[in-house]
Amino acid sequence: MSEIIISFKNIGVTFPYKGKEIVAVNNATFDIRKGEVFGIVGTSGAGKSTLLRTINLLQKPTQGEVFVHGRNITAYKGEELRRLRTGIGMIFQQFNLINTKTVYDNIAFVMKSTGKTKEEIAKRVPEVLQLVGLQHRSQSYPAKLSGGEKQRVGIARALANNPDILLCDEPTSALDLENTNAILKLLKEINIRLGITTVIISHEMHVIKKICNRVAVMSQGEVVELDDVFAVFSRPQNAYTKQLVSHTLDLELPLRPACKESVTLKLLYSGDTANESVISDTIIRFGVKINILLGKIEYITDKPFGALIVQISGDTAQIALAEKYLRENVYRVENVIDYNI
Amino acid sequence: MNSLSFSELFGYLQTAFMETFIMVGISLVVSVILGGAFGMLLFSTREGLFWENRWVNQISGVLINIIRSVPFIILLVLLLPVTKLLIGTSIGPLAACVSMSVASFSFFARIVESSLNEVDKGVIEASRAFGVGNFNIIKGVLLPEALPGIYRGITILAIALVGNSANAGMVGGGGIGDLAIRFGFYRYQTDVMFITVIILIVLVQAIQMLGDIIAKRAERK
Repeated sequence: MSEIIISFKNIGVTFPYKGKEIVAVNNATFDIRKGEVFGIVGTSGAGKSTLLRTINLLQKPTQGEVFVHGRNITAYKGEELRRLRTGIGMIFQQFNLINTKTVYDNIAFVMKSTGKTKEEIAKRVPEVLQLVGLQHRSQSYPAKLSGGEKQRVGIARALANNPDILLCDEPTSALDLENTNAILKLLKEINIRLGITTVIISHEMHVIKKICNRVAVMSQGEVVELDDVFAVFSRPQNAYTKQLVSHTLDLELPLRPACKESVTLKLLYSGDTANESVISDTIIRFGVKINILLGKIEYITDKPFGALIVQISGDTAQIALAEKYLRENVYRVENVIDYNI
Repeated sequence: MNSLSFSELFGYLQTAFMETFIMVGISLVVSVILGGAFGMLLFSTREGLFWENRWVNQISGVLINIIRSVPFIILLVLLLPVTKLLIGTSIGPLAACVSMSVASFSFFARIVESSLNEVDKGVIEASRAFGVGNFNIIKGVLLPEALPGIYRGITILAIALVGNSANAGMVGGGGIGDLAIRFGFYRYQTDVMFITVIILIVLVQAIQMLGDIIAKRAERK
């Protein structure tokens, strides 16, 4: 088990609203490990952004404690808080660049506050721009950049002070699909190359699936599920997580009438079993017909995760045997209910 | 009453122009400095901002509103004793500057406050997230980002001051607007009024164009 870098202990955040208390985060307790890409997923208003902001105290928790590098930072103020923050980079959904400063000056600005000299800044800025592939844009103003480029500048700025934690607040929600994938790839590369612990929040499972090692699923202010991304995708426990995952995998069949001599199954297979020829084995062994209605293989953090919806037809007894065999040899089997018309 | 000769009119216009320049110039500088400071105070003491302080915010807000509620002519008269104390006299262009500055700094304070409020809070939050201190955020983010709006505000202020300076004739301030009122309105010399009004139009137009150019350059778009 690797070292723990961020630790939430019973974090609660409430906001006063029209005389009432709105609960944004309720009793969040979990750890984030050094060097991992940790995702927090949930719908908007689930409290994920609020929880993320307690790591650098942009949001002060109303309850509980946050530990960073083993130190309780919850009560940090003034100089102590500023020093903590210079060790934590952050990128934002709307990029939040200073429009009246060039790319160079945007990055230089956050370095100045750490007391870096002009020479140190002049050396570091091209380095981080190179890292995000924008060295030629140093003298441009943000208005001249595309959304993807703006986020790259945001990443360069976040890395300028050599932080060991990078917080990403919906970093791709304002980008198109192509730029989203490019930015996610860049974040993953940076995570691997620099070993920087990355905490990313998103409302899209797609984003989580692409780059995260572990994920916390939040719903209505609570962490309802937390596990390896692969486990969450292949064995979602919570009803909300199941819904999120099925939206992402998109395994819905159109409504079909039921057929007496057949059974329809959803076969989920992962990592190790994905490469075995279970389907053809079944056909040969039991003499049944297998009709593939829908098939998909997803790669979740580089591990294949497949789903097939098959219709087995033939002799009733043989179908039962085939189904039993499949249940034994496939990662997970679910019955697909056809509708009687 | 004889009509003015061209050379006489030219002489009057020259003096009037100088007077307008003094009144607008001095009041502009004073109200940009004072109003800028007050605008910053109003903004930064707001809820959730750098120096959140409900009392300071409310009291300065009410003070600004009181000044802004008083019609300029009445303010001009009300401030006569103060003017006498400050300048030593209560008539002339310099004397007019006192009440003009008081009236317009309160106006400008609100313009600055709203320009600062237009600055994207996300950009300020980002700077805070990187551990930048309040003073550096104001200097490096807030002011530069609000500057195009503030330049536009100064343009509005300068034009309002040109208008106000016409009323300063009440205390012998002189100026182009006063010339138009004295000759055109009271003496029925329509030609003089016509010329002075045209000069005012050109002046206002020039200020607006200059302001637009400066604001555009500050925008970096």
